[in-house]
Amino acid sequence: MSVLVDKADLSLKYTAHYNEVKDELFANSSDILNAQRNKAFQNFVLQGIPTRRNENYKYTNLNPAFMPDFKFIHTKEEKKADLGEVFRCDVPQLNTNLALVFNGWFYKNETEKGDLPEGVILDSLDSISKERPELLEKYASLANVEEDPMVALNTAFAKDGFFLYVPKNVVVESPIQIINLLQDKKDTFSTQRNFILVEDGAKVQVLLCDHTLNLNQYLNNSVTEIFAGNNAEIEFYTLQNQHNKATNINSVFIDQQRDSRVTSHTASLHGGLIRNNLQFALNGENAEAHMFGMAFMDKKQHVDNFTQVIHAAPHCESNQIYKNVLDEKSTGAFSGRIHVVRDAQKTNAFQRNNNLLLTDEATMQTKPQLIIDADDVKCSHGATVGQIDEEALFYLRARGINEDQARLMMMNAFAHEVVKEIKLEPLRDRIDELVNKRLKGEVARCHDCAYQCDC
Amino acid sequence: MLKIKDLYASVEGMEILKGINLEVKPGEVHAIMGPNGSGKSTLANVLAGKEDYEVTNGEVIFEGEDLLEKSPEERAKDGIFLSFQYPVEIPGVPMVNFLKTSVNEHRKHKGLKELTAGEFLKLMREKMDLVDMHTKLTNRMVNEGFSGGEKKKNEIFQMALLEPKLAILDETDSGLDIDALKTVANGVNALKSPERSTIVVTHYQRLLDYIVPDYVHILYQGKIVKTAGKELALQLEEKGYDWIKSENGN
Amino acid sequence: MEEQDKILNDVTQGEYKYGFVTDIETDIIDKGLNEDVIRLISAKKEEPEFMLNFRLEAYRKWLKMKMPNWAYLKIPPIDFQAISYYAAPKKGPKYESLDEVDPELIDTFNKLGIPLEEQKHLAGVAVDAVIDSVSVKTTFKETLAEKGIIFCSFSEAVKEHPDLVKKYLGQAVPVADNYFAALNSAVFSDGSFCYIPKGVRCPMELSTYFRINAANTGQFERTLIVADDDSYVSYLEGCTAPMRDENQLHAAVVEIITLDRAEVKYSTVQNWYPGDKNGKGGIYNFVTKRGVCRGISSKISWTQVETGSAITWKYPSCILMGDNSVGEFNSVAVTNNHQQADTGSKMIHIGRNTKSTIVSKGISAGKSENSYRGLVKVMPKATNSRNFSQCDSLLLNDTCGAHTFPYIEVGNKSSIVEHEATTSKIGEDQIFYCNQRGIDTETAIGMIVNGYAKEVLNKLPMEFAVEAQKLLQISLEGSVG
Repeated sequence: MSVLVDKADLSLKYTAHYNEVKDELFANSSDILNAQRNKAFQNFVLQGIPTRRNENYKYTNLNPAFMPDFKFIHTKEEKKADLGEVFRCDVPQLNTNLALVFNGWFYKNETEKGDLPEGVILDSLDSISKERPELLEKYASLANVEEDPMVALNTAFAKDGFFLYVPKNVVVESPIQIINLLQDKKDTFSTQRNFILVEDGAKVQVLLCDHTLNLNQYLNNSVTEIFAGNNAEIEFYTLQNQHNKATNINSVFIDQQRDSRVTSHTASLHGGLIRNNLQFALNGENAEAHMFGMAFMDKKQHVDNFTQVIHAAPHCESNQIYKNVLDEKSTGAFSGRIHVVRDAQKTNAFQRNNNLLLTDEATMQTKPQLIIDADDVKCSHGATVGQIDEEALFYLRARGINEDQARLMMMNAFAHEVVKEIKLEPLRDRIDELVNKRLKGEVARCHDCAYQCDC
Repeated sequence: MLKIKDLYASVEGMEILKGINLEVKPGEVHAIMGPNGSGKSTLANVLAGKEDYEVTNGEVIFEGEDLLEKSPEERAKDGIFLSFQYPVEIPGVPMVNFLKTSVNEHRKHKGLKELTAGEFLKLMREKMDLVDMHTKLTNRMVNEGFSGGEKKKNEIFQMALLEPKLAILDETDSGLDIDALKTVANGVNALKSPERSTIVVTHYQRLLDYIVPDYVHILYQGKIVKTAGKELALQLEEKGYDWIKSENGN
Repeated sequence: MEEQDKILNDVTQGEYKYGFVTDIETDIIDKGLNEDVIRLISAKKEEPEFMLNFRLEAYRKWLKMKMPNWAYLKIPPIDFQAISYYAAPKKGPKYESLDEVDPELIDTFNKLGIPLEEQKHLAGVAVDAVIDSVSVKTTFKETLAEKGIIFCSFSEAVKEHPDLVKKYLGQAVPVADNYFAALNSAVFSDGSFCYIPKGVRCPMELSTYFRINAANTGQFERTLIVADDDSYVSYLEGCTAPMRDENQLHAAVVEIITLDRAEVKYSTVQNWYPGDKNGKGGIYNFVTKRGVCRGISSKISWTQVETGSAITWKYPSCILMGDNSVGEFNSVAVTNNHQQADTGSKMIHIGRNTKSTIVSKGISAGKSENSYRGLVKVMPKATNSRNFSQCDSLLLNDTCGAHTFPYIEVGNKSSIVEHEATTSKIGEDQIFYCNQRGIDTETAIGMIVNGYAKEVLNKLPMEFAVEAQKLLQISLEGSVG
């Protein structure tokens, strides 16, 4: 059978499924979510499941990931996980407000109330879109269904996810932690749609932990839209720790207004196939965006970080550092595009991608891009692919440190440049520890994880 | 302590050392001088075990054991310390972390208990005074953003921490002003003991005003062509390297 | 500021110096493209059958191909049937002595600063002059022949050295490599051929000078350079065209093959007519240049100064097959007014210990778009390979664009690839500093841009470097806003 036929079959399968569940989706969802559905699905069909022929997926063919006969969870199920256990998944000394997203559906933490300030809403997208539709006016305004088939597919199937609202000038002191779990007896396709609205002068930190709880095949296709108002401040941390049969397609879109400051950290510790789409639109003057990413891959794992920063207003700054350590037969890709539109003068935009290859079977593909249409700018990008610096290694060994340990030190140092940018100190320590474990080849599981999965 | 017999070594197929013979006894200070390209740094790096250098002939016995068989870290733990000509910057590796690991590796090797963080910091503070090291330096990443002088001081500071049996100072004077030179030399002299030997590799005589050698060897075209007492360095200073070159038929 | 703008305008509107048309009798075939046209071209050139087959194969493949659309370019539709695929100055295909050459032609090349009289010529440069599609004169042929060097027009090579042509043609750029290369393979009319035998260091710079003259024609020339074991040659290429309101198509192919330890330096100063300040007219320059370092320790370096053409689509590349082979790409690309350039390089590392360097300096002014696009690919078996790329863009005003699209693919752990790119504006403080020292803005910009491009200009052979510097000044002065 030719590849073309396979591909057609594959799309047909999803079309058939959409037609089958469409009525149910429309019946159970809000108008806001339904308004986009059909158009989004059409766009998905038009673009198809991306292969390498799609320039934006040049280094990641998603077709094999869509092959399994997935179970879709279009209605909220009774929770199967013991939330008490789940919520032990904490970071020591880090007081957080916890919530759970389970197979794409949002569950409130009923056991602990947390200390969210007055007016702050952390709830299910499904219910908010029905009860407070005015808060979702901007739904699907950032995530463009015409540009990415995965965003289109998410929008077509979108039902739930988390919703976070921080009203004007409210500062949320304790970070919000969302545990994102995948667990089912069958191979599961999960769609998650998140929405974060942070109004002028408000401030919040969000930590998202992606986990899988057994060894079934999972495909998680999530889309998060984040709106940062004037002078708002958001730190957004994503910790990806899934298993080798999990595919995680994670698209995050951020709109930044004047004087806002948004930082995104993505730490990919484990996962079969990870694709992170991250798009920042700097739409107000003097906005600042920081993007940090690190990935540690082995076996046949694949990670692809695809970032875009659109400098649409003058006097903005963006910074990116992405680092990959690739062991065994793992593969990595990085595509980063900085686009400075006409009149976005006095832009400072920097990007760096550094990669360590530990074996001859590992490969790295990197594609930094600059599109500059204004002249008074300072933009740069740099990319390196290489190995641990032999000079430095020798220096360490000449001081009596054995080779393995010296290599580990060098890898930790390599990662540390990204880790050190994490502002939440307890989280930084935790990630430092997880990275160290990961680099030592130990399972990087959190201390208190109740799930002794061998993933 | 150290016996080098008929040592030949090459880099990328080019022979640099062509039959070195040298014996260093406990407590002795040997200076190795020579014009640029004579093989001084090669000798220092071969002794420390740098892999780019291929030993094609000869043997090196250190404390009765075959040195050339050993990895760089084993040599270090056995007591060989190389003060690098160009100490490498290692971004992301904190000095304190690096030093503590290094000290504890040495202690484990000697069968001593590893130091706790507190004990280590105490030790570090003691040794810092010796070379006038500032905490601002130990709080940084390894050699990162250090000036030339600070890097060299840092090398001597590490030597103080590790208390080697044989210290090899590779062009420790290069790039130092006179004050920094004195500080570094004082550090080296303070560590002098009847058990500790030193090999000073240098191009100029001026460091030897402060670190007085028992023997001076002149290395030329990969061989030691002259050996004498400290007066040889002064003679060399006076006559220049052309003297050696002409004596050796060039 | 106003003063500055004025100066800028004056300079930007400086006329293209080489825009004249020479009135010579031209043998031109009817517009349009089909198999008969290809047979006609081949017949006019009295080609052996293998050449006709090569052309037909290319044409048939081309028919099935599509115009590439991945470049950051806006290319208006091209009507390939509205172009004449063969035009040649009439008086005989090739001149044995200078006396036979149409005086108008000699005059043309004199105006371009390329004297065809050997005695007048700067010592050390042999020239093959190509006008429209045909080589009109090759100088110093005899001197070179003494060393066994073959330097002649492509047509002549097909007749005199068919074995060499057959052996190497299409080796670096296969017939259907890409849309424009396929078109060129089908219809190319002439070009230069060069063979440096084993162990020979070519005693002078070899040079091809391309000139489009006739209207409504395309120029499709093909250059093939083969450097046998242990040989060396430095090769130069220059080009100009008359000012015409309509766009003209130039789709050339350059192939270089280096065998063991051979080295080829290929330098280009591309100054095709760029169109007027409103974007009217100009050459569409779609060129495929590729070298294969087939032998061990061989080296190919591309140096280009690109100031002309309305649209440039060009990626001089190196396939580093031989162990220890070396590829280099050095480029200065200037775009002004409505020019568009998408140019860069590919370095494919196949052999072990292969090294490549890319230095690209883009300078944009006016309403132009200037892109660097490159690929560095290290195959799994290309162990211990190295690449360093540096791509800088300089923007002279706020209406132009500068873009960078590198692709890096590394397949083994012992190789090191580094890429750096920066984009910045011309320094107002630098201009001010010059002004303060009594240097006018126009000169200051010229100085700064030349300084910025120096790293690349230094790679050019001397006489070319001087010309390139002047060219940069002319293309850009006063473009600061």
